[in-house]
Amino acid sequence: MPANRFNGQCDYGIGIGLRVPHYSHILSRKPDVDWFEIISENFMVDGGRPLELLDRILEQYRVVQHGVSMYFGSADKPDRAHLRKLKNLVKRTKTPWLSDHLCWGSVDGTYTHDLLPMPYTFAAARRTAEKIRQVRDFLEVPICVENVSSYVEFHQSEMTEWEFLTEVVELADCGILLDVNNIYVSSKNHDFNPYDYVNNVPHERVGQMHIAGHTKFEKYILDTHDHPVLDPVWKLYAHATDLCGVSATLLEWDDKIPSFDEVHNEALKANEFIDTAKKAVV
Amino acid sequence: MKRPPKHAPKRIRSTADLRSFQRMMATAVTRPLTAGDGLQPKWVDGRPMGTVAAEFVKPNDRLSSFDRLELYNRMYWFRLFDAIQDDCPGLRAAVGERAFWRLAQVYLERRPSRSFTLRNLCSRLVDFIRENPRLTAPRTALAVEVARFEWAQTVAFDGESRPLLTAEDLAGKPPTRLRMGLQPYITLLELRHPIDTFVISVKRREVMRSEASNAPDSSAAPPRTARRPPLPRLSRTWVAVHRHNNRLFYKRLDPAAFKILEALSKGRTLTRAIAAGGPKARPAQVRKWFTTWMALGWFCAPGNKKRPGAS
Repeated sequence: MPANRFNGQCDYGIGIGLRVPHYSHILSRKPDVDWFEIISENFMVDGGRPLELLDRILEQYRVVQHGVSMYFGSADKPDRAHLRKLKNLVKRTKTPWLSDHLCWGSVDGTYTHDLLPMPYTFAAARRTAEKIRQVRDFLEVPICVENVSSYVEFHQSEMTEWEFLTEVVELADCGILLDVNNIYVSSKNHDFNPYDYVNNVPHERVGQMHIAGHTKFEKYILDTHDHPVLDPVWKLYAHATDLCGVSATLLEWDDKIPSFDEVHNEALKANEFIDTAKKAVV
Repeated sequence: MKRPPKHAPKRIRSTADLRSFQRMMATAVTRPLTAGDGLQPKWVDGRPMGTVAAEFVKPNDRLSSFDRLELYNRMYWFRLFDAIQDDCPGLRAAVGERAFWRLAQVYLERRPSRSFTLRNLCSRLVDFIRENPRLTAPRTALAVEVARFEWAQTVAFDGESRPLLTAEDLAGKPPTRLRMGLQPYITLLELRHPIDTFVISVKRREVMRSEASNAPDSSAAPPRTARRPPLPRLSRTWVAVHRHNNRLFYKRLDPAAFKILEALSKGRTLTRAIAAGGPKARPAQVRKWFTTWMALGWFCAPGNKKRPGAS
């Protein structure tokens, strides 16, 4: 869906992640980029250079916040101090929507700093949805939850991952940040058909998509974000775009980061699939 | 984190079950690695880890439950080791490779992260080194000073900045009643070693090492032949770790200037702060110091400020 209530009715195009090695290029050359995604936690600080840089970016670009530590799926209640800091940042960036992961990563106030997969159960879905609602009500901004890549499955699960994602977003009445690379990585690690996943999520709730590169090992695939997007992921992205419409799309490249132009050009390859999808609609 | 349950819940029907499950998984993920960087073969109660992992992790045709859990266990430790290494290059050089990695492991095991951000990972390291001197012996005193200095850098980088004290704020107030706060991002350090020059030389060597290699993987271990800079000799040093125009700086201070700033940061009046500088702080010199500090934007309205690791 190009613009919907889950992405603040924003018709954003192709963006890239704002990363430290590119700051100087962006600020000096002012490249034409539709929007930047920032990692919220990098700017949830009290002062100094991070906020100065962010303000300079905000003067010239549209920015969307993406979090890595809200842990909607943790049994713990949302941390109020964390939420207050996040809300301050939301006010600063005026992000039209905010995304974080459908995962957990902390328990009893201890943090693993990882995006740990959920046991796909109805009770976990209810708890997760309740937290998403609480966070959205506090932050007063639409929320999209992102499917994570995973390397374990649990005996306790009562449904597939896409059924769990659907259950959570319906209960929370929130959006989806559909990460097609994560779907592909998990499909290889857990032997399911990635097209079943994409076909069976509520397409009208997709507010944004992620694409990225991954690394193949002998017995599993890791979501490393250190490569260009691989062909099977582009194909899955094209399929998702056919079903969901042209969504705001972001390329994640977080390790072994090449030049700004290389990252941006890789992201812009998505246009090929977007154009096809637009022609199909016409 | 509370102790994990004896067994993972077979079904998750409530938030309590979910919490119990998450304690089990988090305990497994955060357990220290073996010497070979693997998941420990025994669970906390002595049962085989493979048996415990199979209670909640499904195997597939390529990986056992143990193997799959081990991926997360490794990622946890590698991520946190990377973070602590990035934040503490000086401490690593000061205590040596072996002691540093042992310290990092024991610190993370006993003081796991309680913050949503890795930025705060080392916020309790100074106290931990003090409480566990054997981990850094015989260089514990040096280790404490380097850890204080490196935490001060984190604070200076992105700590809070308050509105500057202006001439209007000062006008008409007698020095006997005037109080001036120090910006929260500034840390004053009274040290037994010149840690500032030591940390600068460590950073220079790190830069030279990275520039000497075209290896695409920046996380690759540095060559074993790389020598660390000489350890600092005893020499009392007074330094302010601060920022100016959002760049990190270390400013050496005269001992009297340090005393004055320290007194101001504790809420003393201007008169009492200057008196704390002692008889060597001559009026002309003090005026010059204050002019510099005002120009650097160091003063704000007095108030409570939390500065862990400060002297």
